[in-house]
Amino acid sequence: MPIDLTEYDPGRFYDETLSGKNRARSYSKELIRLFRKMDEEELTARQAAADLAIKEMGITFRVYTEEEGTIDRNWPFDIVPRIIPKSEWDSIEAGLIQRVKALNLFINDLYHDQQIIKDGVFPKEVLADSKNFRPQCVGITPPSGVWAHICGSDLVRDADGTVYVLEDNLRVPSGVSYMLENRQVTKRVFPELFETYAPLPVDDYPTQLHDMLTSISPRKIKRPEVVVLTPGIYNSAYFEHAYLAHQMGAELVQGSDLFVDSDDCIYMRTVAGPQRVDVIYRRIDDEFMDPEAFNKDSMLGVPGLLRAWKAGNVGLANAPGAGVADDKVVYAFVPDIIRYYLNEEPGIPNVPTYRCMYKEEREFVLANLEKLVIKPANESGGYGMLIGPNSTKAERDEFERLIKRNPRNYIAQPTLGISTVPTIAGNNLEPRHVDLRPFILSGKRTTVTTGGLTRVALRKGSLVVNSSQGGGSKDTWIVPDTGN
Amino acid sequence: MLSRVAETIYWAGRYMERAENTARLVRVNSHLVLDSPKGISPGWEPLIWITGLEQEYFQTYKETTERNVVKFLISDPHNPSSILSTLVNARENCRTIREILPRTAWEKLNELYLFAREEAQSGLTKKGRDDYLDGIITGSQQLNGLLATIMYRDEGWHFLRIGRSLERADMTTRILDVRSTDLLPDADELFESRSLESVQWIGILKSLSAYSIYRRKIQVRVSRVPILEFLFHDTLFPRAFAHCISSVEESVGMLPHNAVPLKSLRRLEVKLRRKNMDALKQDELHQFIDELQLSILRFHGVLAKQYFLPHQ
Repeated sequence: MPIDLTEYDPGRFYDETLSGKNRARSYSKELIRLFRKMDEEELTARQAAADLAIKEMGITFRVYTEEEGTIDRNWPFDIVPRIIPKSEWDSIEAGLIQRVKALNLFINDLYHDQQIIKDGVFPKEVLADSKNFRPQCVGITPPSGVWAHICGSDLVRDADGTVYVLEDNLRVPSGVSYMLENRQVTKRVFPELFETYAPLPVDDYPTQLHDMLTSISPRKIKRPEVVVLTPGIYNSAYFEHAYLAHQMGAELVQGSDLFVDSDDCIYMRTVAGPQRVDVIYRRIDDEFMDPEAFNKDSMLGVPGLLRAWKAGNVGLANAPGAGVADDKVVYAFVPDIIRYYLNEEPGIPNVPTYRCMYKEEREFVLANLEKLVIKPANESGGYGMLIGPNSTKAERDEFERLIKRNPRNYIAQPTLGISTVPTIAGNNLEPRHVDLRPFILSGKRTTVTTGGLTRVALRKGSLVVNSSQGGGSKDTWIVPDTGN
Repeated sequence: MLSRVAETIYWAGRYMERAENTARLVRVNSHLVLDSPKGISPGWEPLIWITGLEQEYFQTYKETTERNVVKFLISDPHNPSSILSTLVNARENCRTIREILPRTAWEKLNELYLFAREEAQSGLTKKGRDDYLDGIITGSQQLNGLLATIMYRDEGWHFLRIGRSLERADMTTRILDVRSTDLLPDADELFESRSLESVQWIGILKSLSAYSIYRRKIQVRVSRVPILEFLFHDTLFPRAFAHCISSVEESVGMLPHNAVPLKSLRRLEVKLRRKNMDALKQDELHQFIDELQLSILRFHGVLAKQYFLPHQ
């Protein structure tokens, strides 16, 4: 049986590929034409080929399960690409660059004069309660004033087609390796479409990352020693740590491989003796990075790391304390932050956000729990959230208690009708919800990945795209606009 | 190369080799027991103390029956040196250094581990044992072959080779130790023990894949002194002790800051060269083997101090 899209129905949601039953958007015509020529067997055969390639390439992520403990699972991938025309992408890209620039100015300000607080744009009490503000970093200016060198911002598209920023991940955002590997797999699965579409390449990311990291080396030498610091193989993103280190030709190190000597410089222990390290791309959270400065019980970190960084002897990406802006309450202020530092209007809007710290907004939230999504300020990975429309009374009561106990820690947003993309379900295509995580690199200059990682909620009707909770991913194509 | 990575590769090499050699050890003893007349057979207990695992063994088992000992050496998860445990360890080690091993080698190791796990039950039966042990030995040889032909010859390769060669040297002495424990008298006291003895020595040679080369290069008749001479001193046979140590030396020679480890190796070689095989009667053989094993242990300590991460 050929693929039938006459019954394809995204309902009230915006579909990225079709504008109605069986009607392709202008930039999706060739993709849909290919599917119409395909029968169900071929569709499932291509998905099976992709799954096999992922197994062979060893693309995995780690999950914790009750039954089996920590296990490596093959990366769930859907072969149907998500397409974005270049003209639209250009404005998204500009909006992201603007946003990350403002965020870096904001972080730098918080660790210096706090002018934005003095000017009454950002409330002092939000900072006072911030879990990720590091007093140890006050007064430091990292190279080029950049704190968040690698940022992953999550974008979603609402029912009317507007793209919003849902959150900014400024601590240790992950997923970029899957963006790169998804492209490799798709090339194997749809070679014919690459001829038609010529999607812009994504694979210069490791080079750009390496260039950025090199640029923050305190020693201006020809080949600074760049390392990737991982918590180890039991971390859910270990695959990515190893992948990026490998792609950059950098050492993948653990805390025990590094030490700080009496000269306050960082060295790695090698078979040829201690070797100076210039830049650390750390994939360990602030708290675990340096038992001397932060969490004393951390076995993962390097004692004295912060001391070496403050002495200007090592580049750290992201800088410790950058996470102060990775807070869902701070998020609510980002449009004001952009206006304040850049004197520009935000290129990409925020999702309307209610801050439970303000009485009026809190009362609205508590009265509308079943309509809203409630998020704690400092969690990631989709944990600790309440999705109002799918919640039970008991869960809502629990969140009411939590919000009242600690209003500063919660924000609420309307449930967005986030957009869909055709996705394989059984042996046909059905709409599934997606988001998009582009990665923004900031050093001397700011660059954005071409597209990013599209995450897809594989379960019918689900809005949760996290891989730890039944999400998968898709290749993302930025394609030249049609008409050529 | 990072010290941690060097140590990981070194242990991966040792574990892979240990799995193969444990299989060889069980195989040689199986044949030895089959070929020995009732009442004179050494049984299975010697394997426990030859592998130095008395403590682990007697925590779980009371008697040294064939079934218990074979299970302990093949698949017991409480024995850190069982074939299955060593392959689990080799695999866990290699998982953390996957970028350094060639991909096909990682796949082969995985396959070997899965075989060891899935066929373990049949390996415990008398009928399935030989096939199981052959599977382990062949798989390990294939892995060796892969690494020998495709692995880049940087420090990683040398640490792998040092680990493998040391373990192999150690296990060659342990396999010889099987012979030193049996109840047969040494000399030609009994006419009928002669043929039995040669059957047993042939078993040892075969277990080290040394039988045909021994006959071709040394002599057709198997007898004690030339065999000891061959398995300790020969520099051209890959499982001979001297050859293993010279492989270690060659690889250590390629590492930075190697003066102290090289010195330690040379002391070991002198000890080996000076030993007269004629003088090695049963007890002396066992004692000499003990000394060599201690030297290997000492050398490991020197190597760890020079190259690996300091352990708190």
